[in-house]
Amino acid sequence: MSGPDGTSVVELRGASLHYGSHSLWEGLDLHVGPGEFIAVLGPNGVGKTSLLRVLLGLAQLSSGRVTVLGRPPRRGSPLVGYVPQQRAFDPGLPLRGRDLVHLGLDGHRWGLVRPVSGHPALVSAALNEVEAQAYADAPVGLLSGGEQQRLRVAQALISDPALLLCDEPLLSLDLNSQRVVVDLLDGRRHRHETTVLFVTHEINPILPVVDRVLYLAPGSWAEGHPDEVLTSDTLSRLYGTSVDVLRVRGRVIVVGAPDEPDAALGAPGHAHVHRSEHEDRGDRS
Amino acid sequence: MSFANLLGQHFVHTALLAGAVVAVLSGAVGIFVVIRSMSFAVHAVSELGFTGAAGALVLGVSPVLGLLVGSLIVGAVLGALTVRGRERDAAVGSFLAFGLGVGVLLISLYRGYATKALTLLFGSIVGVNDAQLAVLGGVAVLVLAVLAFAYRPLLFSSVDPEAAEARGVSLRLMSILLLLLVALATAEAVQVVGVLLVLTLVITPAAAATRLTARPMVALVLSIVIAFGATEGGILLSLVKPWPTSFFISAISFAVYVVARGVGAARETRAGRAVATAEPRAPVRAATEVP
Repeated sequence: MSGPDGTSVVELRGASLHYGSHSLWEGLDLHVGPGEFIAVLGPNGVGKTSLLRVLLGLAQLSSGRVTVLGRPPRRGSPLVGYVPQQRAFDPGLPLRGRDLVHLGLDGHRWGLVRPVSGHPALVSAALNEVEAQAYADAPVGLLSGGEQQRLRVAQALISDPALLLCDEPLLSLDLNSQRVVVDLLDGRRHRHETTVLFVTHEINPILPVVDRVLYLAPGSWAEGHPDEVLTSDTLSRLYGTSVDVLRVRGRVIVVGAPDEPDAALGAPGHAHVHRSEHEDRGDRS
Repeated sequence: MSFANLLGQHFVHTALLAGAVVAVLSGAVGIFVVIRSMSFAVHAVSELGFTGAAGALVLGVSPVLGLLVGSLIVGAVLGALTVRGRERDAAVGSFLAFGLGVGVLLISLYRGYATKALTLLFGSIVGVNDAQLAVLGGVAVLVLAVLAFAYRPLLFSSVDPEAAEARGVSLRLMSILLLLLVALATAEAVQVVGVLLVLTLVITPAAAATRLTARPMVALVLSIVIAFGATEGGILLSLVKPWPTSFFISAISFAVYVVARGVGAARETRAGRAVATAEPRAPVRAATEVP
């Protein structure tokens, strides 16, 4: 599935990110190919969102190399879609779902808007893809979180991206809406080979569709199949303290991870754990 | 002089034209201000424009020039500080308070007619002369041209900053650009309704418009129409009854806002029902997930 021979959608080599003297992650290597669904996990403040910002061209690596679709990340590339977490729109916001999706196509463009706006067919197609036609003309502020997130997915997909970056898109959604959004993303990557990089603190809703997991912990990281990474062994090594990973009725529960009370994650197996310079870097389990 | 006679006067024509220019500008810029919830920043820009005008009076130059310079400086500073628009309330408040303090000092230093300063606070549309009208028109054309050119990134960064940034829109640039436009619109509106009543043209019409439609472009046009109606109506009423024009403008503007709220509440209920029928909402998930 991954390897130096395959086409690269996301490529990180020895990538590090620091803010001042504070290091978020170090020596990160990652190769992601077309159509892969990658979960990016880890506790708050470990630099998951910062990783997405690097891939969006909004932040620079402190050291190392990064390419997206074979080139350095470029701000505003139409080949990269972005789905942020759901946030409450003001009920009085003068914006319909249709407008929100349309902005994903040309919202960044300068210049006069033609009276008959340019791309009703593309907007319609995007709305159909996420089955949001029924409420496309309602004010976005009156829609439920799940409906808003469908529109978000449509907004991200309308430029026909090869890479979709999702930042906690399921946060504050009910279980049913979570499933709908995950199915939309999974369906998209199977039909169009769209690569999905999915930042989340909650693996369970996406566990059935995830190919690989990138687990970022303070000062170290691990990458591999969920069954390899999400184990008591690997996470204990990552955190440098005793962490238990339980599997209950097909769900993954992590107990004892610092800064992550009752977070839910992984399954048994083995994975490579990478540590930054002060620790036993290159340690293999 | 009768109402009919007044309507034939040149100064009344000038006032109506100036009012129209200012209304179109305030209504258009106001939509973005309302979307970003930055009424307070507008208030600050206008009051600090007053400080600029007071400084101009002391220096013996045109208060309108001082107004423009003061508003633009404050607009640029606040634009750079308040990238997400709704944040940094306290920053705006601190600048506002200090700037007004300086304004008080400048007015006390000014040895001319106190009415000039009072005019700035409460506006005096009938005092606009032909030369000022030309400046008003020129600034309005400039602001509307920039607004038309930057409409999409301005809207995107206002309604959906996270996604806009990911698509390459510079939030800081948009914030500064919008506050500069706000500064120019405010400096114009001050000459009609005065520093203290700027919000009646920059906020109220746009707030009413957003209650009436969910289409951004329609809201923009409605906001302009409401601001236009309030300004021209206010000027005409002040010819009939010699009360301050600013009062009539703010009264009409507010009346439209109250009606729009009522209409909007009814519309929201209908839309809410329509959405509920289109897709039944799942119950809100509890904080801890139930398997």
